[in-house]
Amino acid sequence: MIRFENVTFAYEKGKPVLSGVSFAIGEGETVGLIGANGAGKSTVMKLLLGLAGPGAGNKGVSGTAEGKILVDGEEVSPRNLTQIRRKLGFVLQNSDNQMFMPTVWEDMLFGLLNYGMPQQEAEQRAGQVLKELGQEKLKGLYNHKISGGEKRMAAVATVLAMDPEVLLMDEPTSALDPYNRRIIINTIRKLPCTKVITSHDLDMIYDTCGRVILLSEGRIAADGPAETILRDRDLLEANRMELPLRFQ
Amino acid sequence: MSQNIERSIRDLREMDTLASGDSPLHKVSAGVKLLVTVVYILVVVSFDKFNMSGLMFMLLYPALLFAVSGIPVSTCFYKLRFVLPLVCAVGIFNPILDRTPAFEIGSFVVTTGMISMITLLMKGVFCLMASFLLVASTRIEALCAVLRKIHVPSMLVTLLLLTFRYAAVLAEEANVMTQAYSLRAPGQKGIHYKAWGSFLGQLLLRSIDRADELYSSMLLRGYHGEFYYAQAGGGSIRDVLYAVFWCALFIAARCVNFTQLLGTSVMR
Ligand SMILES: Nc1ncnc2c1ncn2[C@@H]1O[C@H](COP(=O)(O)OP(=O)(O)OP(=O)(O)O)[C@@H](O)[C@H]1O
Ligand SMILES: [Mg+2]
Repeated sequence: MIRFENVTFAYEKGKPVLSGVSFAIGEGETVGLIGANGAGKSTVMKLLLGLAGPGAGNKGVSGTAEGKILVDGEEVSPRNLTQIRRKLGFVLQNSDNQMFMPTVWEDMLFGLLNYGMPQQEAEQRAGQVLKELGQEKLKGLYNHKISGGEKRMAAVATVLAMDPEVLLMDEPTSALDPYNRRIIINTIRKLPCTKVITSHDLDMIYDTCGRVILLSEGRIAADGPAETILRDRDLLEANRMELPLRFQ
Repeated sequence: MSQNIERSIRDLREMDTLASGDSPLHKVSAGVKLLVTVVYILVVVSFDKFNMSGLMFMLLYPALLFAVSGIPVSTCFYKLRFVLPLVCAVGIFNPILDRTPAFEIGSFVVTTGMISMITLLMKGVFCLMASFLLVASTRIEALCAVLRKIHVPSMLVTLLLLTFRYAAVLAEEANVMTQAYSLRAPGQKGIHYKAWGSFLGQLLLRSIDRADELYSSMLLRGYHGEFYYAQAGGGSIRDVLYAVFWCALFIAARCVNFTQLLGTSVMR
């Protein structure tokens, strides 16, 4: 479903953020992308979405890239960006920047209507997602009047409403209380789609992902079953991380 | 300073809140409201500059709309507090330039210059009120959708939408930054002039970054300059009646002086 072939990427010339990154993620797989701050996790997601690199035209602020990035067999490029983005759902690291309509409800409808779903069906779909997430109370609220965690739940809801084929989540559980964190974990486990999740919450990664890719300074330091990588104290500590709490 | 910024954020957000109200006026489609507003402004502007009594009748429209929509008149004047003095200043020299006596009240001579000043002032205030009512009762997205429908280029419409949203982002960032600043500079009033340069630069970069990410977030959810999600609507019988009623009334008021008519019939 997703393929990186020897991708090297730099926002600014001479300062590569990713160097020679290769991996492939199959359909229906759930992969945890972990690594220290600045390791390049968010960058991987931006490249997939065409917010940086080749998809964004490979010039100016979008940085320079080498190698191939493929989604569902198609190379990410400005030409087929619309189709590719239709398949991807992205939960941004910063929810403040994700919501742009006045209310949560309108934000949820925005994407659905843009892709041509009739109003009634869209409302039904959005209502159902809110219910599944146990967030019905968010429906009538204004985006600028809700807490950080509520905003995060709302952001997740807007993306889930789109029913993406691939779900990209950048730090989905940061700012959430234990109860909402658990809801997110359960939701991720229930969804059948392909999922890529970055987080510093390794317990959450362990609960949700079968496979883990460990990034370190723009290179892949390890790629394998969560069971082995997340129990490897030496490997994690060498890359500025710690064992999940439950293994400490 | 931080409080000032907070207030302007509230101002901006308040327009959103007002616009998503639920009155009969809010339910009229955006296109019809835009049309009626434009006709209203054209008619008001076209009144003769001495026809004060005729113009008076045009107050009916904003007055009725304020009443029906539940939008407070005070909010309107509060928000327009910076523009109103400008409008008032436009006709200020008329009484000095034009001193032809028109009539007398007791021993006070009213000149045509005074009348034309007041007429001009009324025109300005009426038009501002009508525009305010349009914006306060219509979602920005719905307005954009109408503009697209009448073939305003999508570039311009997107620009309008983003400007509206960007203003809020800019104000929010400024707010966060002044708060962060004042927490680390206790007892300082405002921001020290030495920090202005970096403060402004940083503010610009941060808000551009945020606006950029917000825009990407719109693109990621299928936005490409069209407004499927905001119903431009139009076409319901009620909307048509609304438009016909007001436009007819405006034009009639332009031709017949209702205020005078009313006055004389009461006198009789
Ligand atoms: N727009 C940009 N312009 C220039 N450099 C950038 C830009 N965005 C990120 N970088 C650099 O790229 C590197 C990787 O950033 P990235 O956001 O991918 O990290 P991350 O792994 O997501 O970190 P975190 O855990 O903190 O979210 C960082 O060192 C950062 O300095
Ligand atoms: Mg990140």
